[in-house]
Amino acid sequence: MAIIEIKGLSKVYRVYEKQEGLLASLKGLFRRQYREVHAVREIDLEVEAGEFVAFLGPNGAGKTTTLKLLSGVIHPTAGTATVMGHVPWKRDNRYRRKFALVMGQKNQLWWDLPAQESFRLHQQIYRIDEQQYDRTIDELTSLLDVRKLLKQPVRELSLGERMKMELTAALLHNPEVLFLDEPTIGLDVVAQHNIQQFLKHYQQERKITILLTSHYMKDVEALCRRLVIVANGRIHYDGSLGGIIEQASTERLVTVQLADGESIEGMEQYGQVEQINPPQVTLRLTRDDVPGTLSRILDQRRIVDVVVAEPPLEEVLKNVFTAVAKADEAEAEAEAEAEADRSDQSTSTSRTAARSSRDSGGRQIP
Amino acid sequence: MSVYVQAKLSTWWTILRIALEERLVYRGDFALGTLMRFLPIITQIFLWSAIFAAVNVGSGGDQKIAGFYTIHTMIAYYLLTMVSRAFSSMPGLASGVALQVRNGEIKKFLIQPVDMVGFLLMGRIAHKLAYYSVALLPFALVFYLCGGYFSHHYAAPGVGAPSAQRISVFISSLLLGFMLGYFLELCIGLISFWFLEVTSLIFVYNLLTFFLSGHMFPLDLLPDSARAIVDWMPLRYLAYFPAAVLLGRVGEDQLWTELLLEAGWVLFFIVLSRWMFSRGVKRYSGYGG
Repeated sequence: MAIIEIKGLSKVYRVYEKQEGLLASLKGLFRRQYREVHAVREIDLEVEAGEFVAFLGPNGAGKTTTLKLLSGVIHPTAGTATVMGHVPWKRDNRYRRKFALVMGQKNQLWWDLPAQESFRLHQQIYRIDEQQYDRTIDELTSLLDVRKLLKQPVRELSLGERMKMELTAALLHNPEVLFLDEPTIGLDVVAQHNIQQFLKHYQQERKITILLTSHYMKDVEALCRRLVIVANGRIHYDGSLGGIIEQASTERLVTVQLADGESIEGMEQYGQVEQINPPQVTLRLTRDDVPGTLSRILDQRRIVDVVVAEPPLEEVLKNVFTAVAKADEAEAEAEAEAEADRSDQSTSTSRTAARSSRDSGGRQIP
Repeated sequence: MSVYVQAKLSTWWTILRIALEERLVYRGDFALGTLMRFLPIITQIFLWSAIFAAVNVGSGGDQKIAGFYTIHTMIAYYLLTMVSRAFSSMPGLASGVALQVRNGEIKKFLIQPVDMVGFLLMGRIAHKLAYYSVALLPFALVFYLCGGYFSHHYAAPGVGAPSAQRISVFISSLLLGFMLGYFLELCIGLISFWFLEVTSLIFVYNLLTFFLSGHMFPLDLLPDSARAIVDWMPLRYLAYFPAAVLLGRVGEDQLWTELLLEAGWVLFFIVLSRWMFSRGVKRYSGYGG
């Protein structure tokens, strides 16, 4: 049986929406307009014990909301989920003693006290017996190389050191399931690498189940075999890292280096010109077209060198996200039209304004 | 003792210990803040000396205000409300809870197997213990210097030194005052689950408390109609009641009834805060998060 089972999970937030200006603020005192935000839309997912799964997606994709649902902080609007047989939002203490959530942007340690004081508190809260506590602290602090910092107030630690302490606190009670929300955010390359190495090692040793969200491709490449791409509340891909490249590699970037004196004019007849950097020209071709087009070029032009490459992973993901944003835009438009048919003119204008503002936000995908 | 109770106690003890340590990190600020609280009593002494000087003109001295308060009783009253406030005031509790709801720190209590109401209570006890440890000496000094007001008050005809029963009710009312102050202000803070911004509400609460707890003046100075309302409110237990008990303003036969009533209020706010917390969390996890 899967350790995490999610079926049709949805979360809708209602957010207060204010038009620009003072008059609108006054109106807002009496009658507020709310807009529904579908943070998670009917997600289905199964995770087996011992898996290390990455959630990847743009800002506002629903990654963090999913983790909040799974750690029981929020109730879903619809759907079910179980983690180790528990329904998270019932917040059963038996469940709460078996998982941990680490948020890269939140500090859970006592700010003015050394980290070891926070650890002591965790020992009590999670009822960890003395021997196990000593052993775990010993192991974690040496793995993370922070033993010397145990007696230093948390506020004096660097961001990277603090993150290591956060991880130690979260792992003290030996959780079977660990949720990591952007654990490497804001860290320098070295600190990022250290945390990645630690997580990799720890996960392989203990065979715990980890769900990780991140913006950094490096995290995902280093740690996870399984990748779940989330955008606009839906799962758009669930599979291996190689799989997504395979799926998106219907295109190839073909770079040809023309011989001296050969004109670069007219290269667009072979395919979409991606980049011209004389004497090199890069063409974007579908995979099936590559052999035919190449032989035509070789027939008609004098060539020095040819390189055929897959598009970079970042680009693949960017395309996925953009496609999702476009599809959602179309869907929202259809929704708004249906809405306009039902309600009066003024409401529908505000709806449209609301939608376009959200969409422009959605398009700003790095 | 069962293992369960033992584990609970050990958890509470750890929370208390750590909160106490945290409290003692900023020693300078803490000590200064503690000492500054003694300043208002000096203004009160000057103010009431001037008032009584005016009242006593031509009457040969020792006129009583509200049929009970001579200048000595009045100053003794203010000194005693300082003691009751040292137990019942909860600086920053409501606004702290509101802030935690606002910035999402409250999540910690949903994720970890720890009870927020108890956790914050331990934190408060730690605050108070740290405060007493620093304030005990200045308190002793002030009471020593102002001892004359008390001896005058108790020497007056028909008053007499407080009985052992009176003193034990006084001490119990201080402890209950702490509980009442904590749970009442916690409830105010928990309102932030429904209205994110509660600054003005806390301001109003503080203002009401200042007037209606007896912190600003003895409640006996209120007109009868207002007094009747105040007697039905829990606020008077925060400052007025302990002082009134020790000064002999509350009849010997009423002492235990009053104390029982106060305990009833404490129980009411314990239940209310529990209810608000569970409703609030439900709402929080339903809408926000």
